Amino acid sequence: MERKKRGWRFFTSGYLVLVLAFIYLPIFYLMLFSFNDSKSMISFSGFSLRWYHELLENREMLQSIWYTVLVALIATGVSTVIGTVAAIGLSKARPLLRNVALEVNNLPVLNPDVVTAISLMLLFLSMKVQRSIVTLTLAHITFCTPYVILTVLPKLRQLDDNVAEAALDLGASPVQALLKVIIPQITPAIFSGALIAFSMSFDDFVISFFTAGVDVQNISMYVYSMKRFNPSVNALSTLIVIAVTLILVLANLIPALRERKNKKEEF
Amino acid sequence: MKSFVRMSYPYLLWIGLFIVAPMFMILLYAVTRSNGDVIIFSFTLENITRFFSDATFLKVLWTSLRIALLTTVFCILIGYPAALFIANLPEKRQTLMILLLTLPMWINMLLKTYAWRGILMNFDIESEIKVFIGMVYDFLPYMIIQIHTSISKLDRNLLVASYDLGATPWKTFLKVTLPLSVPGIISGITLVFLPAVSSFVIPKLLGGGNYVLIGNLIETYFLVAGDWNFGSAVSLIMALIIIASMYVTKKLDRSTVEE
Repeated sequence: MERKKRGWRFFTSGYLVLVLAFIYLPIFYLMLFSFNDSKSMISFSGFSLRWYHELLENREMLQSIWYTVLVALIATGVSTVIGTVAAIGLSKARPLLRNVALEVNNLPVLNPDVVTAISLMLLFLSMKVQRSIVTLTLAHITFCTPYVILTVLPKLRQLDDNVAEAALDLGASPVQALLKVIIPQITPAIFSGALIAFSMSFDDFVISFFTAGVDVQNISMYVYSMKRFNPSVNALSTLIVIAVTLILVLANLIPALRERKNKKEEF
Repeated sequence: MKSFVRMSYPYLLWIGLFIVAPMFMILLYAVTRSNGDVIIFSFTLENITRFFSDATFLKVLWTSLRIALLTTVFCILIGYPAALFIANLPEKRQTLMILLLTLPMWINMLLKTYAWRGILMNFDIESEIKVFIGMVYDFLPYMIIQIHTSISKLDRNLLVASYDLGATPWKTFLKVTLPLSVPGIISGITLVFLPAVSSFVIPKLLGGGNYVLIGNLIETYFLVAGDWNFGSAVSLIMALIIIASMYVTKKLDRSTVEE
């Protein structure tokens, strides 16, 4: 019996290791071949940093990185502000208004990206707006804000209304009540909303592809339109993987560290 | 406090302009015809009938549905055991596993698909299988996480009770764990099937030019052929299929809860 149990445990861990291996295979593959000294994506012929150097010299690629980061930062900033403000408003709205607004808010989340993308493209084209980095950013704000609202609103609805009422009764202005009472209570939710918004914008391909016009390219569009393999993409991916891992580790560590600090202060 | 409601007005304006109006444009283009640069706003169903009367388009629709269904089935087959085994780990290792599963989800899908293109170049396989591998890869973590969430919410006392009453582990799984995790499977299906039907990056990058799904069809009609009316009609049809399948899964979800 004991032996059977051990065998089963061995089997289940083996299975999970295989699943993880499958999920990490392409990521490690990219990282490995970013250090390849030949152009091949099939055979590894030796270690070199050649593709990292070429990445720094590839103007088109650097340009696409710059656009990706710029648009992601603006879209995150704007959608976090609009989304938080709207969520606070909606949390106090009549149920009818709130439900209708949330249904519409859910459309870009539930709709296939292609549908959102062409709907925005049709809007810009029919209003004779030239597609550019501006339309790209507007589109990104449009699909990022729903995620901010979906993250912040549930938190707001858990809050005790009486606390804000008390602040108002004690003579705080609505703005003070907002900044000193409501916002501090939902700060973690705002941060996770902003993180989701940033990653949605940073990784987007489909909506950008249809709304950016011809002279603006983000990283995804650059990779998509590449005529042949360019191992500098591996180098770039490796850097992105490292950055994402660091950000996620920090995002998970900071709350834990803060908690530990708070606990220490209690003693 | 009521005055705070006004804070939602700018966003209401925004979604009116950037969500409602654009969706309305798809509908408008889908049921009108255009003549060169001019759109004639005369009602017509010819864009929609054109789709359903042409065997090529129906074949594309069928291919999209088939590969999305196949992807969903395999995500459940591979993902269910994984979710179950994770749920049986000690708590600390469970958190670690979930973190390891979520990490790749934050990495650009295009870059991962591009890596698969490199890996799959080593093998001589059909393009449909390449697309299938790419899709299962991309959507598997979502399925695992959804199923894991519903299994870990399960009341452990039910399992203990089942064992106490003499059920074998296998029987306990079939009669207790599996039925109670159906909501997780259903939300997993929504997260896998819907984006799989409409995806167009994976077929394009892994399938080469010959493997066309409905998403690719939309792209072609908008960006290559410049026929926005027909492109809109195809998008409308796809959106309707997706709404219908969401309705069906919601119904399924409700019927399992009522049991």
